[in-house]
Amino acid sequence: MIDDQLRSRIKRHVLAEFLPGEAEENLTSDVKLVSEGIIDSLGSLRLVAFLEETFGVTIPAHQIDADHLDTVDLIAATVEANMRELAVA
Amino acid sequence: MLPRLDALLSVNAGLHPDAVCLIQADGQRASYAALDAQASAVASHLRAIGTGPGDRIGLSAQKSIAAVAAIFGILRAGAAYVPVDPQAPLARSAGIFAGCGVRAVLCDDDVAGGLADALADRHPTGEGTGVDGLTCLPALTPGEPGDPAMAYILYTSGSTGVPKGVIHTHASAFAFVDWCSDAMRPTPDDRFSSHAPFHFDLSVFDLYLAIKHGAAIRIIGADEGRQPGALVDLAEKERLTFWYSTPTVLRSMLEFGGLEGRDLGALRVLCYAGEVFPTLALKAVARVLPHPAWWNLFGPTETNVCTAHRLTDPAGMADTDVVPVGVPVSGDRVRIAEDDGTAVPKGQPGELLVTGGSVMQGYWNLPDRNAAAFVTLDGDRYYRTGDIVVEQDDGTLIYHGRRDRMVKRRGFRIELGEIEAAMGRNAHLTRGAAVQVADRAGDIQIVHFFCGEGPDTSLLALKRYAATALPKYMIPDRFHRLDAIPMTSTDKVDYQCLKEIARGLFAE
Repeated sequence: MIDDQLRSRIKRHVLAEFLPGEAEENLTSDVKLVSEGIIDSLGSLRLVAFLEETFGVTIPAHQIDADHLDTVDLIAATVEANMRELAVA
Repeated sequence: MLPRLDALLSVNAGLHPDAVCLIQADGQRASYAALDAQASAVASHLRAIGTGPGDRIGLSAQKSIAAVAAIFGILRAGAAYVPVDPQAPLARSAGIFAGCGVRAVLCDDDVAGGLADALADRHPTGEGTGVDGLTCLPALTPGEPGDPAMAYILYTSGSTGVPKGVIHTHASAFAFVDWCSDAMRPTPDDRFSSHAPFHFDLSVFDLYLAIKHGAAIRIIGADEGRQPGALVDLAEKERLTFWYSTPTVLRSMLEFGGLEGRDLGALRVLCYAGEVFPTLALKAVARVLPHPAWWNLFGPTETNVCTAHRLTDPAGMADTDVVPVGVPVSGDRVRIAEDDGTAVPKGQPGELLVTGGSVMQGYWNLPDRNAAAFVTLDGDRYYRTGDIVVEQDDGTLIYHGRRDRMVKRRGFRIELGEIEAAMGRNAHLTRGAAVQVADRAGDIQIVHFFCGEGPDTSLLALKRYAATALPKYMIPDRFHRLDAIPMTSTDKVDYQCLKEIARGLFAE
């Protein structure tokens, strides 16, 4: 289960960084951030830098794509999966 | 007979058939002989469907061995290739292919159906056939043959909203490639990166310069091309000797890809182009690399590379230094001029006019634009670049920006007018205007101002709309709602006022 605090922290960041001024309720779980062009390739890198810094995880380069970062839920899941990696290691 | 680009492959396939020519992202390799055979197969198929000199063949494919074979096959059949971004909205690609009356389109299998549908009502195609890893869609009513001297047509953003097709001939490509040979001396032992997509003129360097000298090309796939860490890994692992990309890519390799401390000792030539490299960022990259020969290559798609500057000590520059765009190359001559063509005194800003071997033949089927793009001075035909430059005492040129509403970012040219035209087709917006401003870090940001109300004008809805109407690199960074677009006293959009508002958005 994805932690709600984690998800809302990510959501706030995506809104502030990529959709400044957008109403929070419009950023629903089906909004495809990467494949719909809201976050471009450079934006993905900045997003990952934010996630790594904020949550203390390392996100492998092959996960910087739409499969892992396309929606707020996917981003949260990617962060959580890498947190577990950290815990196991 | 004039030299042809496709002869570069045949000659080298004869000289060293077994040498590696191409290496794909998945590790697959093609020797010179193998690529030559693949290109012949493509050429045979194209000839069989009637392709001949002066025809145009569309190309919508990811970078791969098959796509490079297609390019050489198209040239070998005597035709010119028209490459588009395989990720671009299909309607845009179809508009380009219809606009230049292609005889056929070679494309990746996964876009064939969508492209055929998008072409159906403007330039219909017959049943697709598999050709060497790609699909060939033959046009039912191809356009008339054009000039057989054409080699490729690159479509760039157009200010009226319609992309313009820049025609280069075999000769204009060779003017640039031959200059590179003299300046950079590639050998068969060199290993080039090929990062730029085919619809981007940087790809001309990777393809033809490397193959001219029998060198190897590491094709960078679309996925790894977006991962700075993967780029650093492959540059090290493949012991690349030539690297050519935009400054943005080099910066991301340093900032996000772990470039520092890696062994790039094999790298001997590093070229960048497509945008200004901010000096601080340039120094930061130069500090962590060994000492390759650094080149700042400059020129719009219309002129290939028309000026270049060799940086002698990029890491040791003062923070306030500005890297010149250099001196004329590729056999070109330049004039820095007022609007009427008179030369400005040295040290004064003026528009860069270029004449010589590397200048395009013209735009495809746009007589008015061609008339406006060229000016004849003292018997020579000069291309008006729209770039403002200043000549320094040592003869090198310094870039001072654009005279029109074009933005150069990450190597792409973006006409703000094309953004306005695309957003203007959104029925929920009543008015709109786009501007570019630099943010606090000095990076270019594009803001589209609009008037309109309702749920379909939320920022999210507009970003989504833009993604369907424009290539990704043209999607504005910000959308900002205004009650009214400010106008000047002559009833024109007051762009200066909009820029002030935009600067305020990034000052927060």
